[in-house]
Order: sequence, then structure tokens, then C-alpha cells
Amino acid sequence: MRWGVVTFPGSNDDHDTLYALDRVLGEEVVSLWHKDRDLKQVDCVVLPGGFSYGDYLRCGALARFSPVMESIIQFAAAGGLVLGICNGFQVLCEAGLLPGALVRNRGLRFICQFVHLRLEDTDTPFTCRCTSGEVLTIPIKHGEGCYVADPATLDQLERNHQVVLRYVDGSGRATAEANPNGSLNNIAGIVNRQRNVFGLMPHPEHASEKIQGGEDGLKLFRSALAAYTEREHRHAASVAPGH
Amino acid sequence: MRARVYITPKKGVLDPQGKAIEHSLHALGFDEAHDVHLGKYVELALDSQEPERARQRVDDMCRKLLANGVIEDYRFEIEE
Repeated sequence: MRWGVVTFPGSNDDHDTLYALDRVLGEEVVSLWHKDRDLKQVDCVVLPGGFSYGDYLRCGALARFSPVMESIIQFAAAGGLVLGICNGFQVLCEAGLLPGALVRNRGLRFICQFVHLRLEDTDTPFTCRCTSGEVLTIPIKHGEGCYVADPATLDQLERNHQVVLRYVDGSGRATAEANPNGSLNNIAGIVNRQRNVFGLMPHPEHASEKIQGGEDGLKLFRSALAAYTEREHRHAASVAPGH
Repeated sequence: MRARVYITPKKGVLDPQGKAIEHSLHALGFDEAHDVHLGKYVELALDSQEPERARQRVDDMCRKLLANGVIEDYRFEIEE
């Protein structure tokens, strides 16, 4: 599987993501520059964390119009896997690839800490190797991570099982106290209706080695890898003669 | 021509900055202040001759970039 990590001016977790994919997981991974329209035949595009275009106007608002995003929007429409982490999640919402928006944290402070996340849905390429209901420990670091959407959108997200991760306490309960930023319904990550575009505020790349405090982030990358491999096998079987 | 664009948080969307400002105003004795919201102000010059066309173009700018309809409302004035 070939991964691509996008660098916008102001991205700052692009290299940490490249490191996690290349050095920790041993995956084939290439850098994608924001001015490139060519996605270099990758199978999964990762929009990393950071402060693309200085977070000017709104987080992700300007990155959304960079040339690489035009290609990513087409790639996503064709079923390609897209993962947006933190600022990447904000870019996906601004681009309309995911519903809703991310606004200033309820407490107004930038938060940098490990959080507990309950895995709500395993029927996505990014969570297929996880167990429904399991609690992952992954860090967040953001000032604008409060997920909002209008009531109808929120209702649709819940009914279509598009909420993938929720902020919970150590025992897996989605309480108000366990919600670090005021996100509606404790939402930390969602997928689109087609389930190939996933955005989350927590940073899986920062929970990919024991020395970072945990490896739970790898479960998401490994799921995408497993989903991709399975899809390739199915595809190969369907085109193989005699089948 | 010039345009003045005002972008404000949509009613019902959490506005913690507005809330914090309101608390500070109350702490300073401005008890009459309430419903405080913090928005953005964008000013721009336009190479346009027709006000009606300019209005359409600025509305387009707001919808495409300047405001995010999920969380913000906007209004603008055109000065000839």
C-alpha cells in the first residue's frame, strides 16, 4: 500500500506522520506538496496536523483551495481513502468532504493531553481491525477542536453510524467531564457517508511507539492497511480468469 | 468601490469568545451588556463599475470563502 502525506505551508505533523508510516510501520510513503495536482498514485492520502496557512480566516479555510485539494476531492469521490488528522480534519470539513465544522474549544485554551476515545464503529476502513467499544488512548493538541453541526446533520451522523470516535472517561463513558473541548455528542472523529473519508482531532501518529506513551494510534493505520489489502485481494479474485 | 463584510457566529453555535468577553464586561461593571458575540470584519476594494454585479460577486466571495455557512452568518455593505 502506498501512502501520501500532504504538506501545506504551516503543516507541522507531516514529518511525524511520515515517520510513523515509514519507520514504525514500514509502509511505502511519499510526500505530497500543496501545489501538486499529482497524487503520485497513492492509495491513501493523509492530511496532517498543523496550522496550514497560519490558520488565517478559519482553520483549514485557505488550505481547502490549494491545488492538491482539487485532486484529493476527486480522489475521495472515486472512493480513495482519505485520513484527516487535527488540522487535516478541519480542512476536510472546510472542503465539504465531511459535514460540520470545528470551532474554538469551549474553554478557549489550547489543549495538549492524552485522551480516552471509545471506538464507536468498526465498519470503516480505518477501524476495521479494532473492536467496537474498545477505548483507545491517543493525544490531542488543538485550540479549535470543538465539533459542531446543525441538529439535522448531527442526527444523520448518529443514525448512519458515522461517529467513529467519542471522548470518554477511563471506563468508557461519554460524560461531559470527559469532553475536553465541548464537541457536540463528545465527537472526536467521523467518517463520510461512503466511509472512505475519516477525520479526527486526536493524533494517531503521536501514539505509534511506546516511547510516545502508547501505540494505540497504530490500530487506525493498520486497519486502513488491512482494508486496502482485503480490497486488493477481492479485486484480484474478481478479475482472475476462471473465477 | 469598497465592500465591508461582517461575519458573525450563527445563532446557537457555541461562541466561547463572546461569552468570555461578556463575563469581562460584567466584571468591569457593564452589567447592561449581554448577548455578546465576536465576529470578523473584512474590508476590500473592488475593481467593479456596476453595484449590482459587485453585490453578487461579494456574496459569492462570502459563500465560497469568507464565511463558513455551517457556523457563521454574514452581511455586507458596498460603498460606491
